[in-house]
Amino acid sequence: MYTKMLEIRRFEEKIGEEYGKGLVPGLVHLSIGQEGVAVGVCANLKDDDYAIGTHRGHGIAIAKGVPLDKLAAEILGKESGCCKGRGGSMRVAYINKGLLYSCPIVGTGLPLAVGVGLSIKLRRTNQVAVSFFGDGASNTGDFHEALNLAAIWKLPVIFVCENNMYAISVHIKKSTSVENISERARGYNIPGITVDGNDVIAIYNAAREAIQRARNGGGPTLIECKTYRTVGHGTTDPGVAYRSIEEIDEWKKKCPINRLRSYLIANRILSEESLQRIEGEVEARVKEAIKFAEESPYPSPDQVAEYVY
Amino acid sequence: MREITYVEALNEALREEMRRDERVIILGEDVQLGYSGRGGLFLVTAELMKEFGPERVRDTPISEDGFVGAAIGAAATGLKPVVEVMYADFLLCCMNQIVNVAAKLRYSTGGQLKVPLVIRAMIGQGRGVGSDHSQVPLAWFMNVPGLKVVAPATPYDAKGLLKSSIREECPIMFFESFLLYRTKGFVPTEEYTVPLGKADVKKEGTDVTIVAVSTMVPRALSAAEKLKELNINAEVVDPRTLVPLDKETIIKSVMKTNRLVVAESGVKTCGVGAEIASMVMEEAFDYLDAPIKRVAAPHIPAPAAPTLEQITIPNENDIIKAVRELFER
Ligand SMILES: Cc1ncc(C[n+]2csc(CCOP(=O)(O)OP(=O)(O)O)c2C)c(N)n1
Repeated sequence: MYTKMLEIRRFEEKIGEEYGKGLVPGLVHLSIGQEGVAVGVCANLKDDDYAIGTHRGHGIAIAKGVPLDKLAAEILGKESGCCKGRGGSMRVAYINKGLLYSCPIVGTGLPLAVGVGLSIKLRRTNQVAVSFFGDGASNTGDFHEALNLAAIWKLPVIFVCENNMYAISVHIKKSTSVENISERARGYNIPGITVDGNDVIAIYNAAREAIQRARNGGGPTLIECKTYRTVGHGTTDPGVAYRSIEEIDEWKKKCPINRLRSYLIANRILSEESLQRIEGEVEARVKEAIKFAEESPYPSPDQVAEYVY
Repeated sequence: MREITYVEALNEALREEMRRDERVIILGEDVQLGYSGRGGLFLVTAELMKEFGPERVRDTPISEDGFVGAAIGAAATGLKPVVEVMYADFLLCCMNQIVNVAAKLRYSTGGQLKVPLVIRAMIGQGRGVGSDHSQVPLAWFMNVPGLKVVAPATPYDAKGLLKSSIREECPIMFFESFLLYRTKGFVPTEEYTVPLGKADVKKEGTDVTIVAVSTMVPRALSAAEKLKELNINAEVVDPRTLVPLDKETIIKSVMKTNRLVVAESGVKTCGVGAEIASMVMEEAFDYLDAPIKRVAAPHIPAPAAPTLEQITIPNENDIIKAVRELFER
């Protein structure tokens, strides 16, 4: 989990640089600070379990096992990308690893995950479907329609809310009537739980329990992970107009990656030396992936009409 | 020869395809029982739950965006859902899922996913049910890349096209006409399908082509009968699917008759007729002896009062008038 979180962090830092160089078409939303959620949840998933991400989906993709080079190439709009450059940063999918899609229209991924759960149930496989979404998405009709459907049909779907307290610039206090989003699970008679979204081990444990319950026919769970993006909403947003520097600094101190690192050292699970080795390897892998993406060709214009139907 | 209704034909198509392929499931409101206790408000899903059980014939809560979204997720992961959305007007409640997800999933994933999904909805004009229960939104969906749009006018076509639609691997908008539900027609007992993208010449003629869509097909046919008295021999072409559109058959007909009227029951502005007329202008302008005429609804919401509503629904006289104008020049 440490390696995965670090991969996400280094990868997104580099994507930020690529954006600065003008190499990324469109919008890019980084999940820096939130790495623990995707990694803690996906560490419980097999390749054939499904995940559905959001506009802030790079971390989910990496946690689900999408190869870094294919992901980088997709973000840069290259033919070698996992969606052949047709999806871009906000619509990453890689079915070989069970990443079904990323839905940039807020809330849209939740009903989709319900359908995946229905398909799992009717095909009688033992898979689960995980839908990631933000606190903002929890106010959409899709959120409520999806939770209701998953609950009445008792589907193996885990709803994972990455609550970073902001929907672009709107603070959750202005948009949401409950203290914890997990309370909304009660309205659908399903388990709802709030965990520290910067504690990857706590997330791992909560997700493991929910996933086991889902696999055993126990139906859906709503997991709310309270976390924070220490960067702006998108790459063009410095993220400071609506948040204080103190608040951001406070959360930087709670970095989920540093936190696990300290834990590993304190409990003598990994030595400083081996951690540094991992860090060096991650750095090299990410660099290589970005290089692959930069050097890959764009899709050929004569194939623009492929995959419409 | 066996004659059955349009609804019975649709019902047979669903039953046969569910027997043929266990991945086919039905989702929608009231599909299990409906008013009659047999299935569906208009009996399209009659007796299907009895045969296939509540797992495959599912009543949904009233949450169009939710259950259409779920159908897309299910389609992308191994099932073949057929979703009933009742009135076509209610499609607006799930436009996001249809347009932003179903239509885009295959393209945006570079071909990794397929969405074999049929969304059935009814065009319910002429019943005094008012402005938000009477729309004919075919053109809205023609405008979206990634969707196919089907609008059968006879029991034979309804069955054959629904069977083909279920066998397709992409999202299909399947529009049924309430006014045609009780009409009867010849439907073979043997297995058959009607391919998407093939128009049907419902009546041959030499003097004018009437391209008629869905509910307008029977009206065009009876208009053609009356035009005979005026010594005008009209050809009636039913495109049957609007996306993909069978341009070839339409153009061939226009090249023969040199005149074109397009008749639809939806609103004229940016309508189906606008698209077909432009297509013919682009590809067969030189064969036209007169301007193209469009018969369609005015730019007015459907009123509830019968006297007003009738004015907003194009009928056989509107077609006759349009044709006559072409010859009175
Ligand atoms: C339906 C919809 N409305 C508005 C937007 C524009 N938009 C993109 S991200 C975003 C904020 C989403 O907030 P949240 O769900 O909390 O996710 P976060 O960005 O915090 O990860 C908005 C408003 C959108 N993509 N979709």
